[in-house]
Amino acid sequence: MTISPELDKKADEAISHSPAEHKRAASLPLLHLLQHEFGYVSEDSVKWVADKLGLEPINILELVTFYPGFRQSAPGKFHIRVCRTLSCAMAGSYELMESLCKATNIDRSNTTHHNPIAVSPDGKFSIEFAECLASCGTGPVCMVNDDFHESIKPAEAAKLVEDYRANA
Amino acid sequence: MADIQYLEGKQPHAKEHRLIFRNVDRVGWNPSIDKYLEEGGYNQLIKAVKMERAAITNEVKASGLRGRGGAGFPTGVKWTFIPPTNTKPVYLICNADESEPGTFKDRYILHQDPHQLIEGMAISSYAVGAKLAYIYVREEFPEAAKILERAIDEAHEKGFLGQGICGTDFELEIYVHRGAGAYICGEETGLIESLEGKRPYPRIKPPYFPAALGLWMSPTIVNNVESLCHVKHIMEMGGEAYAKLGTPRNTGTRILCVSGDVQKPGYFEVQVGKVTLGELINDMCGGLKPGRKLKAVIPGGSSAKVLRADETFKVKQGDEMVELKIEDIPMDFDTLAACGSMAGSGGVIIMDDSRSMAWVLNNINSFYAHESCGQCTPCREGSLWMKKITDRIVRGEGTPDDVDTLESVAYNIDGRTICAFGEACAWPTESFIAKFREELVGTTKAENRGKLANPESKLAAAGLD
Repeated sequence: MTISPELDKKADEAISHSPAEHKRAASLPLLHLLQHEFGYVSEDSVKWVADKLGLEPINILELVTFYPGFRQSAPGKFHIRVCRTLSCAMAGSYELMESLCKATNIDRSNTTHHNPIAVSPDGKFSIEFAECLASCGTGPVCMVNDDFHESIKPAEAAKLVEDYRANA
Repeated sequence: MADIQYLEGKQPHAKEHRLIFRNVDRVGWNPSIDKYLEEGGYNQLIKAVKMERAAITNEVKASGLRGRGGAGFPTGVKWTFIPPTNTKPVYLICNADESEPGTFKDRYILHQDPHQLIEGMAISSYAVGAKLAYIYVREEFPEAAKILERAIDEAHEKGFLGQGICGTDFELEIYVHRGAGAYICGEETGLIESLEGKRPYPRIKPPYFPAALGLWMSPTIVNNVESLCHVKHIMEMGGEAYAKLGTPRNTGTRILCVSGDVQKPGYFEVQVGKVTLGELINDMCGGLKPGRKLKAVIPGGSSAKVLRADETFKVKQGDEMVELKIEDIPMDFDTLAACGSMAGSGGVIIMDDSRSMAWVLNNINSFYAHESCGQCTPCREGSLWMKKITDRIVRGEGTPDDVDTLESVAYNIDGRTICAFGEACAWPTESFIAKFREELVGTTKAENRGKLANPESKLAAAGLD
C-alpha cells in the first residue's frame, strides 16, 4: 500500500480539525480518506491509520467492523446502495433491488449481516441494502457511489445500470 | 412571500408558513454566499455579536423553540445547562445525522441553504461561548458535506468565521465531520463518542449530560440542523414575536415530512399545531390513492407509536377534555404526546388498507435490529428477537403465541437500556400489537399463512432482504 504525499497531507488536515491532544477524533475522517482512495479498508489501511494517530490497530479495526459505511473487501467499480427502510420499501425498493440485481447479474444469496455486499461477476457493480437514506418522500431511492437517484421505478433499473456501464 | 417564485410543481401549499424552507426549490436560488448576502444574509450574526451572550439565550428561551430532532426539548433551556462555573472549552455540535425513518428535511437545508445553518450555528456558538463547532453529517450525504465545506470556506473569506468575526473578538471554527452509516450516531452522546473516534456507544445520563460532560468531557451543546436554523429567525423576529407563531408551548414553524400511501408525498413547513393530520393528508398531500382507505399513521418518525385510523383520542384542549378523531389531531408536540405517540422528528408515514401490519412491523424491526449498537443486552438481543419473530410471521411460519412472545420481548427492552434506542425499537412493536393485535394474530393462523396483502411481502418472505 502506498500513501501518496497528497493523501498524507489530507490526513494531516483532518487531524488539525481537533485539538492536538484529541487526534483520535480523526479516526473516521482518515478511514474515509483511505476507503475513498482504495475502495475499501484493508488491514494495511487499519495499521496506517492507527500509526498515524498513535493508536492500537484494534482501536481502528473495531470502527471498521462497527460502522456500516466501511467495507473490508473491494466493491465493484460502481457500488449501489438501495434504501431498504419502510417508506422506500412501500414504494417498491425490494423490487428495485431485484431489478438491479438482474441488470447487473449479481447474486445476493450469500450475503449476511456481516457481509452485506454482493459483487457482479465482471466486478463492475456491487450492491447492498442500506437503511433509511433520508429521502422518504421520493422513494424508492438508491445511491451509486456518491450519486443519488430518487423515484426509481424498478423498470428503470436496467437503464440506470446501462448508463453507468457506458461510462465505465 | 409574493415576490418569491418557486420551481414548477414545487410551490409551497397555501397552509405552509416558510421560514427555514423559504429558499428551498426557489427559482434563481443557489447555495452560494453571494446569493445569501443579497437578502440580508449574516445580518443576524452581525447583530448578535454586539449583544450580551445571555441576551441571545434569553431570546431563544422566550421563543419557546423546542428541539426539532426528536425529543422536543426546549433549545434555550438546554443551553443554560452549561455549568455557570465552567472553565473548560465549550463546543457546539450540529446534529446532521438525519436518519430517523420517515424524516427528510435536513437534506434540503444542507443542499440548498447551507449558509442559513452556518449563520444559525455562529449565533448559537457565540451565545454558548463556543469557539469550535462541528457539523456531524451522515456519510450517506456526500454532496451535502461538499456543499457545507464550500460554504464554510466562503464564510471564512467574508469574515463570518475565523478570528475577529464581524470586527469583534469573537472567534469560531466550524468543521464538517462525516459519520459512517450508523443510526445510533443521531443519539447525542453516541454522536459525541463517534466524533471522538470511537464506536458510538451512548453514554449514561446522569452524569454524562452533554451540556456538562460532553465532547472530551467538556460542556457541549448538540442541536439539530433545523433547530439551529430557527435560531437565526428568532434573532430576526425577536423571541416574543417568534413565539406568536404556532400555538402556546408549541411555538414557531416546523417541517413535516410525509411519505407512504398518499398521492403527493413531500415536505411542508407549517406553524406548529396549526395544521391537523387530516389537512396534512387530504389537502397538502392530495389525499390517499384512489379507492384506498386510511389504515394507520406513524406521526413522528418510525420510533413513534403508530396511530390506528379508526381510534379516537381523548386530549385536553384548554380546560376541557375533547375526543379527537385521527384527522382532527393538530400536529404539535403536546397533542401527539397526549394521543399516546410523539411528534418526534416530523416524519409522518401514512399507510392505507393495502398494507399488512405484520409486514410493516417486520420492516421496522429489521431496521432496529440492524441499528442497535449492541451495548445493552436487552436492546442488542431483543431487537434481533423481535425481527426474527416478525420474520417468521411474514414468511408464513408464525404461531399464534408469537404475538404474545413479541410483546413480552418489547416490554423487556423498554426502560432497560442506557439510551432511548431501547424505547425507539420497542415502541413500534408495543403499539402495533396494542392497535392491530387481531390482524397480527390472524396472520399467524394456519389458514392465513402466506397471504400477506402486498407484493413486497412476498419478496421479504422469500428472504430477499
